[in-house]
Amino acid sequence: MGKTFQKPKALADTLTHYCPGCTHGIAHRLVAEVIDELGIRGRTVGIAPVGCAVLMYNYFTFDFQEAAHGRAPAMATGIKRVRPDLMVFTYQGDGDLASIGMGEIVHAANRGEKFTTIFINNAVYGMTGGQMAPTTMPNQRTTTSPFGRKTSNTGMPIRVSEMLATLQTPSYITRQTLTRPKYVNRAKKAIKQAFTYQMEDRCFSLVELISTCPTNWGMTPLDAIKWAEEKMLPYFPLGTFKTPEDN
Amino acid sequence: MSKVLMKGNEAIAEAAVRAGCLNYFAYPITPQTEVAEYLSKRLTEVDGVFLQGESEVAVSYMIFGASACGERVFTTSSSPGVSLMSEGISYITAAQCPAVFVNIMRGGPGLGGILPSQADYFQSTKGGGHGDYRLLVMAPASVQEAVEMVMEAFSLAEKYRNPVMILGDGLIGQMMEPVEFPEHLKIEPSNKDDWATSGMDTRKSNKRNLVKTLYLNPEELNAHNLMLKAKYEKMEQDETRFENYNSKGDYKALIVSYGTMSRVCRTAIDRLKAEGLEVAMLRPQFLFPFPRKAIYEAAQKESCQAVFSIEMSMGQMMEDVDRSIAGQRPVYWYGKCGGEVPTPEEVMDEVKKVLNL
Repeated sequence: MGKTFQKPKALADTLTHYCPGCTHGIAHRLVAEVIDELGIRGRTVGIAPVGCAVLMYNYFTFDFQEAAHGRAPAMATGIKRVRPDLMVFTYQGDGDLASIGMGEIVHAANRGEKFTTIFINNAVYGMTGGQMAPTTMPNQRTTTSPFGRKTSNTGMPIRVSEMLATLQTPSYITRQTLTRPKYVNRAKKAIKQAFTYQMEDRCFSLVELISTCPTNWGMTPLDAIKWAEEKMLPYFPLGTFKTPEDN
Repeated sequence: MSKVLMKGNEAIAEAAVRAGCLNYFAYPITPQTEVAEYLSKRLTEVDGVFLQGESEVAVSYMIFGASACGERVFTTSSSPGVSLMSEGISYITAAQCPAVFVNIMRGGPGLGGILPSQADYFQSTKGGGHGDYRLLVMAPASVQEAVEMVMEAFSLAEKYRNPVMILGDGLIGQMMEPVEFPEHLKIEPSNKDDWATSGMDTRKSNKRNLVKTLYLNPEELNAHNLMLKAKYEKMEQDETRFENYNSKGDYKALIVSYGTMSRVCRTAIDRLKAEGLEVAMLRPQFLFPFPRKAIYEAAQKESCQAVFSIEMSMGQMMEDVDRSIAGQRPVYWYGKCGGEVPTPEEVMDEVKKVLNL
């Protein structure tokens, strides 16, 4: 009998730079498992963002491009338009996608570009050290909102999935989380669904993953999970906001 | 093939298609929008890709993504649009991807105007975006030359794995001139297997490719910059292009001028000759690499009393002319920068004034 559990081929056999308790590792593994299961490693191009996942290409074993901050959807558009046979995904954090790259993601989604976006929402800028993001919760302390996010002058957190679901063209928009094994299983199903839609040549798909950042939240990994469930999930409800059947 | 009368912007578009570039991403901006309008029809005939992006910023990254997977791709814009693309251009240059950018310059700074200008000389030749990088900058002086440069630009971009900028002024884009397209262009795509993210299945080797610009290790980043520097030095060695005019005799002055401005200078030189005053011109066809040595040598002629940088910008090129002359001759600037092109008479008056004639 062979091994029943092993590292996906799409994932490199190496240590990552992620902090203890960070959910990037889980999200990476889910993407890699899906790529293995669909047998698409040889025709996949990933696009790394600017943020904690900027070095993610070190952890995968297929072609990768590294974007400028927020521009991954434009690069994915460029690839997919000239090489529709490639499987393309962007992997972006909330600062990258929902702040500096908001224009790019909205227009790529609206044009129905045939790539997949994995959107890691952990309510904070990670790599630069914990600044306020567009998805930072009201009263959440960050290094640029040291007294807590004041919604009176910074607005409310942006619900990216709901916003993109108002567009007619995207085929699949869903929000999942990684805080419990059952949610991890659902997240994987969603990622596989998104890639499958892309294989079927359907329009844009996005999987938002509510994630934790114990380091920048100043919590233990367990407290971070609790915080994500208690504070984030009521405002960012899990669910699928758009499927191809809606069109 | 016989000559056809064509507007510069449309000729540039057609030249790219004939150079085998069937992928075009762009954002509308005056005075180059005809390129996009032309290609929105033309590329459907050849099963190409035409996409109007949401901004010049996004377009520059569409170019990056497409180029990084090994496909021929180009865009066109005008000054304010190229400012926005400059972020992407820095990344594309750092990642060593080939791509062709066309800037049909209008007056600046800011919104400036929509009439012809050459005020993006610094932006094209000295940077524009951040970091140590260079573009190979081609400066056509006619619609015919624009066509030839566009067709050559793709090969040069691939040869050096570096973006090429075609710097035309608004007149090059807007005027109609007779143009002849080469009937057969030999397209030799370069082998991109060792770097392009074309999908591992498309390549013989099992190695995955990575297109990136981040070097956190200072020694690696320094080595990367030294490697880029060596590439730019190779361009300076092999790709310096210029044209001399009326340079055989004992000229009293030397004009350095490029693009549309150089054609006005040519008329001025002909008229000055008729009046008995010999003036030579050196026209850089490429602005980077800049023909420093040729300008230095041309200025050395004993009869040459003065050197002029005549440009539709406020002395931007003069800095390079000055650097080339290295103090051997006095250097004077003349130009206009609001969208008007100086007339031959104005150029003649300026030359005569400086020479005390």
